[in-house]
Amino acid sequence: MSAALPNLSKLLASVPAPAARPVALRLDGVSKRHGVGQDAVIALDTMSLSVRAGEFVCIVGASGCGKSTMLNLVAGLDTPTAGQVHVEGGRPALMFQESALFPWLTVEENVAFPLQMQGVGRSERKQRVAELLAMVHLEKFARRRPHELSGGMKQRVALARALAQRASLLLMDEPFAALDAMMRDHLHLELEQLWQQTGLTVVFVTHNVREAVRLGDRVLLLSSRPGRLMAEYQIDIPRPRRIESTEVARTAREITDRLHEAARHA
Amino acid sequence: MPETLAGPPARARLHAVTGDEPAEDDSQTRGPLRAVAEAPVPGDNPELYAPEGSSLAGLWSGLWPKLAAIGLAFAIWELVVLSGWRPDYVLPGPGAVLMRLWTDLLSGDIIVAAAITMKRALLGYGIALVAGVTIGLLMARVRVLRTAAGSLLTGLQTMPSVAWFPLAILLFQLSEAAILAVVVLGAAPSIATGLLNSFDQVPPLLVRAGRVMGARGLGLYRHIILPAALPGFLTGLKQGWAFAWRSLMAGELLVIIGHAPSIGVRLQFSRELSDAEGLLAWMIVVMVLGVLIDGLVFGTLERSIHRRRGLTGLHA
Repeated sequence: MSAALPNLSKLLASVPAPAARPVALRLDGVSKRHGVGQDAVIALDTMSLSVRAGEFVCIVGASGCGKSTMLNLVAGLDTPTAGQVHVEGGRPALMFQESALFPWLTVEENVAFPLQMQGVGRSERKQRVAELLAMVHLEKFARRRPHELSGGMKQRVALARALAQRASLLLMDEPFAALDAMMRDHLHLELEQLWQQTGLTVVFVTHNVREAVRLGDRVLLLSSRPGRLMAEYQIDIPRPRRIESTEVARTAREITDRLHEAARHA
Repeated sequence: MPETLAGPPARARLHAVTGDEPAEDDSQTRGPLRAVAEAPVPGDNPELYAPEGSSLAGLWSGLWPKLAAIGLAFAIWELVVLSGWRPDYVLPGPGAVLMRLWTDLLSGDIIVAAAITMKRALLGYGIALVAGVTIGLLMARVRVLRTAAGSLLTGLQTMPSVAWFPLAILLFQLSEAAILAVVVLGAAPSIATGLLNSFDQVPPLLVRAGRVMGARGLGLYRHIILPAALPGFLTGLKQGWAFAWRSLMAGELLVIIGHAPSIGVRLQFSRELSDAEGLLAWMIVVMVLGVLIDGLVFGTLERSIHRRRGLTGLHA
């Protein structure tokens, strides 16, 4: 781990300043209403935000704040009632709280799936899958079936599968919420490293404020019912961060206080 | 950190200084470290996930309860015979019936009859499979069709297939076609319903994941929905087979075709000739065939699908 540090700082130095990078994702006054008439629920209310290429943005909010709705809109699984969603560089990849691996396929076949959908040839597929599994340290488990893996391993396969899509934008919907704290810390580090190596843009949804502060360049706070952008925090704590560190804890407390305050007024 | 431990590392340093057998000391120092590195990772042991051993002992442990149950059934049968509840020529004991089974097997009668019956079963089931899957797929794809035909399908499925025979005989006379028609009508609704139900049970999350990765339209069906629905569909296939087999037996008893000595014909003739031994022997044939197909064909399919997906449930 310590050997990776100089390497990472070099990578960090080569990343251009945030303001100089192009916009990877933009929401312009996006609203989403579920249902019609009196039963209609406004899941998202005129949400506007933009994420720059290579940025790691965490979205935090209580349940019912429209986090998942937002990701569905960005992933193109749903269309907004009003406003526009602009995604640069094609279809984004999406990771869920559950791994959503296909139980009838082996680990390597799961990772190969998006490549197969893109029409990538067999030999190139094989090579790419091997690289991806090595990235998440699961090369020894290529022939295994998802049910043979632990929760953390499944999420690493899901991450490899998401990376296989070669999307420039990775959406993550509470991907580590079901894991134990140790595994989560470990995957935070792995994800951070992968993000730094690949230059991906990440939009990470979580209800865990500390996790958001641990990972994000920026943390967006969403209010509940209707989902609205409430506050935005720039996180300048140097990486790699530790979830136990005092800076992370202090910032997380500040954000949590703001969340509680909003909940009281709601 | 390891340097603070006593033992191997200290010895290693000593060896390094003296240059004495570096290969051996290397293996010694790496011993405990390697053990840590190769500690069992969850899911790293294939044997854990293949509970069915291929050894003889494994085979025997699965076989003896079945043999014991058969033995018990035969014992009860023998007791009923011995009680003198019915005379021997109406209810013979298992010994006589098994002897008869053996001679009929040697004479080839059973093989001929089973071949005729199985040919009908496979043909009827094959047609039912194609029809059932086609209907199921159409109903899954076209919502209006499902609303319109859903209850009709349930009605067909719950209708005892024997009730079709009078109509089938009117339409096709006493012919192969009459039997086949009823077998297909018995099995196809179950297969179609099984397919529909299995589609309904596909986890929406998997469909979402497939769509995110670019599976659309028919590709979504081929790569996600069909494989995800397979375990449920297999249940429908199995039920369809049970219905087909029952319809076929009913058909062979009702629609006697003289030149084709099927199992049903044999049963019927045994009754007409008051040949109780023969009748019971043929009933055993029907049962054994049913068990064999259920266990060998569907059981094997089910086990392999469930093992791959970790759906072992109670067997785990």
